[in-house]
Amino acid sequence: MSRLEVLKTYKIFIGGQFPRTESGRYYKPLDSKGKALANICLSSRKDVRNAVVAARKAFGPWSERAAFNRGQILYRIAEMLEGRQAQFVDELMRQGSSKVAATNEVNLSIDRIVYYAGWCDKYNQVLSSVNPVSSSHFNFSSLEPMGVVGVVAEQSTSLIGLVSLILPAICGGNSTVVLASEKLPLCAVTFAEVIHSSDVPAGVINILTGSPEEMAATLASHMDVNALITSNLETKLSNKLALLSVDNLKRKFDYEENWVEKDKQALHYISDLQEIKTTWHPIENVGGASSSY
Amino acid sequence: MKKELNDNWDYSSSLEAINHIQLKKKYNLFIDGKWIAPSKNTYFKTINPANEETLAEIASASKEDVDLAVKAARKAYTNVWSKMPASERAKYIYRIARLMQERAREFAVIESLESGKTIRESRDVDIPLACNHFFYYAGWADKLDYAFPNQKIESLGVAGQIIPWNFPLLMAAWKIAPALAAGNTVVLKPAETTSLTALKLAEIIEESGLPPGVVNIVTGFGETGAAIVNHPDINKIAFTGSTAVGKIIQKALVGTSKKVTLELGGKSANIIFEDAPIDQAVEGIVNGIFFNQGHVCCAGSRLYVQEGIAEKVIKKLKQRMESLYVGDPLDKNTDIGAINSKEQLQTIEKYLKIGLDEGTEMYQPKCTIPKKGFYCAPTLFLNVAQSSIIAQEEIFGPVLTIQTFRTVDEVIQKANNSPFGLAAGVWTDKGSRIFNLTSKLRAGVIWANCYNKFDPTSPFGGYKESGFGREGGLHGLSAYLKLS
Amino acid sequence: MEIKSYISNKIPVSPSIDKVGVEERIARFQSRSIKNEAKKQGLNMVLSMIDLTTLEGKDTEGKVKQMCYKAKHLHDHFDGIPQVAAVCVYPSMVAIAKNELRNSSVKVASVATGFPSGQTSLALKLKDTKFAVEQGADEIDMVISRGKFLTGEFAYVFDEIAAVKETCGKARLKVILETGELVTLDNVRKASDIAIYAGADFIKTSTGKIQPAATMQVTYTMLMAIRDYYDETGIMVGMKPAGGISTAKLALHNLVMVKEILGTKWLSNEWFRFGASSLANDVLMQLVKIETGVYQSNDYFSID
Repeated sequence: MSRLEVLKTYKIFIGGQFPRTESGRYYKPLDSKGKALANICLSSRKDVRNAVVAARKAFGPWSERAAFNRGQILYRIAEMLEGRQAQFVDELMRQGSSKVAATNEVNLSIDRIVYYAGWCDKYNQVLSSVNPVSSSHFNFSSLEPMGVVGVVAEQSTSLIGLVSLILPAICGGNSTVVLASEKLPLCAVTFAEVIHSSDVPAGVINILTGSPEEMAATLASHMDVNALITSNLETKLSNKLALLSVDNLKRKFDYEENWVEKDKQALHYISDLQEIKTTWHPIENVGGASSSY
Repeated sequence: MKKELNDNWDYSSSLEAINHIQLKKKYNLFIDGKWIAPSKNTYFKTINPANEETLAEIASASKEDVDLAVKAARKAYTNVWSKMPASERAKYIYRIARLMQERAREFAVIESLESGKTIRESRDVDIPLACNHFFYYAGWADKLDYAFPNQKIESLGVAGQIIPWNFPLLMAAWKIAPALAAGNTVVLKPAETTSLTALKLAEIIEESGLPPGVVNIVTGFGETGAAIVNHPDINKIAFTGSTAVGKIIQKALVGTSKKVTLELGGKSANIIFEDAPIDQAVEGIVNGIFFNQGHVCCAGSRLYVQEGIAEKVIKKLKQRMESLYVGDPLDKNTDIGAINSKEQLQTIEKYLKIGLDEGTEMYQPKCTIPKKGFYCAPTLFLNVAQSSIIAQEEIFGPVLTIQTFRTVDEVIQKANNSPFGLAAGVWTDKGSRIFNLTSKLRAGVIWANCYNKFDPTSPFGGYKESGFGREGGLHGLSAYLKLS
Repeated sequence: MEIKSYISNKIPVSPSIDKVGVEERIARFQSRSIKNEAKKQGLNMVLSMIDLTTLEGKDTEGKVKQMCYKAKHLHDHFDGIPQVAAVCVYPSMVAIAKNELRNSSVKVASVATGFPSGQTSLALKLKDTKFAVEQGADEIDMVISRGKFLTGEFAYVFDEIAAVKETCGKARLKVILETGELVTLDNVRKASDIAIYAGADFIKTSTGKIQPAATMQVTYTMLMAIRDYYDETGIMVGMKPAGGISTAKLALHNLVMVKEILGTKWLSNEWFRFGASSLANDVLMQLVKIETGVYQSNDYFSID
């Protein structure tokens, strides 16, 4: 008699923990053959709220980590993902991808994580400036993360869209609350397991499954979320989220990209989620002494 | 020595000459390089807030007039400006900068007459900075590739720009200079109480030979601004003003592809530690809140003083305030000029009342205030609590709230405890503490051991509800470019 | 000679100074526009605050006598011109000056304590001081030991000033910091505090032998020290910028500073002096210009 398979319970990921949804509700996304993939948490507004609290708590320490250290942690995500490559390929195939496409997507995801890992301690060097002001002051501008970033993951992919939005955000020191693809949620939960095992501090990435339609509004209107990024959303929902974002002047970006393309990774995805801070300090010039003799 | 020699040595009044300025009785709209009467033939009066006398009549632009201006800007963009070699574009902007410099004093006088700001500030700060802004951005026009390496850059098209009344010409320069350098054409609306220097700038633009339609100045009230915001053929909106209006604009732009920058309100913290260079800190407090009558979005309006030094700082601050002269903006010795408008004075007075109603101790120095015109004495509120309304809302006047703190962590939390995030000041002699604070304060501009410093090369703009996007410096260019 | 310990434990902790901030404050003073009546009154005040000075190896009786005459008669072609506050000479010239200025309100100040470098023993410094006082000096302008100050021997500097002060008796003591050798404003502030707490009646910027001398930044810093001491104790201390103030405009800016920092109480030659020799004529020319409306020439104003 063949061995009975142990089925995986897909849970959500908040503050480094894997709770079930607070609502107790589930939905069953279907595979390409119309068969239920799994029971997936239909997260609620309260889950969003809890995730934002976790993200806010994580933001300070994460943004203050040494950039080099953030780079190491991001690279560690790539290492862990590589180790579970087969699992992701399998899940992508269960969700309808061909083997080639699934393998490509996983490999590209890993490489994209490595790409952003490398940026951690470089983007600020590239985008900062020392500003030659006319007065006797030292003046420089550098980048700082915006804070808690809401992410409505790309809906037509399970993994690459998710990775392409999360990585530039955390690379720059933000923490995230991510709404996974509603129809293709498996990789999001497994990705959370990768995050969990790869030194990313609790709360930096929080992943919720369920209906973006339902949760995104809560995220967009949340006064403690500093930015909202979405991808390929239908116009009506995108506009609705944009309107809700105005109340605390959330920075909002909607990327219309095909993330499976190799070059859909760039510095500006990082800098979009950065504030520019300019600092002034006087320069004392004693008695007109100069550096020449 | 004779007794009378040192008795009451008061500075005699030293009024700036105004006979050299040229003001028309009536100003039309500057559209497509021509001065055009408003379609509805409506004009409004602009007054001198220092004496409530009428300075000129200003055209009120209708929706149709704005449309005309946008069409002119579009035509100029398509036919001329976007095709012109960048180096030529640069030369036009340089030429405008030079013409402004030559007429700096006239600009300063008109600015003071209409806005109420002191001639000392308009002469030494506003006008030179405005000229320098044009001069700085002129040079960027043919060097944009160096600003954003590895990115494809394109100009946006027509930029609609709406500016406030607190730094009329300077804000016009902040908006127009980078827009032109990046290759866009402009429709700009000055605030209704301060249209004159923008119109004088239009005269200079005319004189410079800038192709018609590249810069259009439409004057008017909020409806004129709304017509700009809602015009379908505008590619970019840049707004400086209140957070409330900023949100209205942001909502109006949902669903459009217009790029937007908002430079909005603030309630910036100015933090004094025990080891601060105390006399310079006191001066920094004064410059932070009384500069331009406190009509400054980044004003250091929340003062935090470490408890061990609070008594001394407040004593010195009060002493310093004794030598602040409130009065005629055109007197070269005036430190605090007129409040820009009756409405703004009422707003400030409303907050003074709230402060008193909250039971807060108020201090104003002895100073003589002119009977005519809109004036407000420099004001301190002492022993203010974080939860007090006057410590939370932007007053936009010469009103400072003072709170004390004990530890570094406490003051960082209190300073960040605000929906705004425009600026902050930090005063301490300890370098490592400065960098701790400057990195933890959630604000776009941090002045360490200084306050209210501005420079064309220095990016300016806020976090949180203080708006988004930067103006000034290399970073200010990206607001007027499409990068991909 | 053992140096007697006075009250050096009373040296206060001086606040730090940010020079760029000071420069900005100075710019505000300089932007004050002094016109008409205020200018006339100010210029007369400046004249009345001048210490006419000659401090040269080649000083002679003749030179000093001529200067003393000028002190009393700045410009007799014109009515209402005040006399200067004092003449400032070396100890050997005190008696001559005193004699010339008898029956006038012009004071005689003498430098002492091994002026200008002060590189001698305390015993000699006190002797020098005693001699000047005995010769009739109303005021003593001493120099501090800058070498000791720069090596951090603040107590030594303090005690030395206190000792000289004791030797001065009734003569008022001006303490010269020689700010050009102290270099930083933090040092200027520290030295001011030491001098004031050690008993100076006046603090003075410079000997006139070292550049830079009485810059507005330095004078501002010293005025703030006086302000803080007054707030603390209620005791007034005088201020004398010396060296480098040669124009009426600069002198008026100094008065603006005094007025805005210390108040009009200090605007008299009892509390504020200018150590300068060429300033008087520039001020006189300005005054005559105000009256006549015609720009003036040096040919019409006596040198000395």
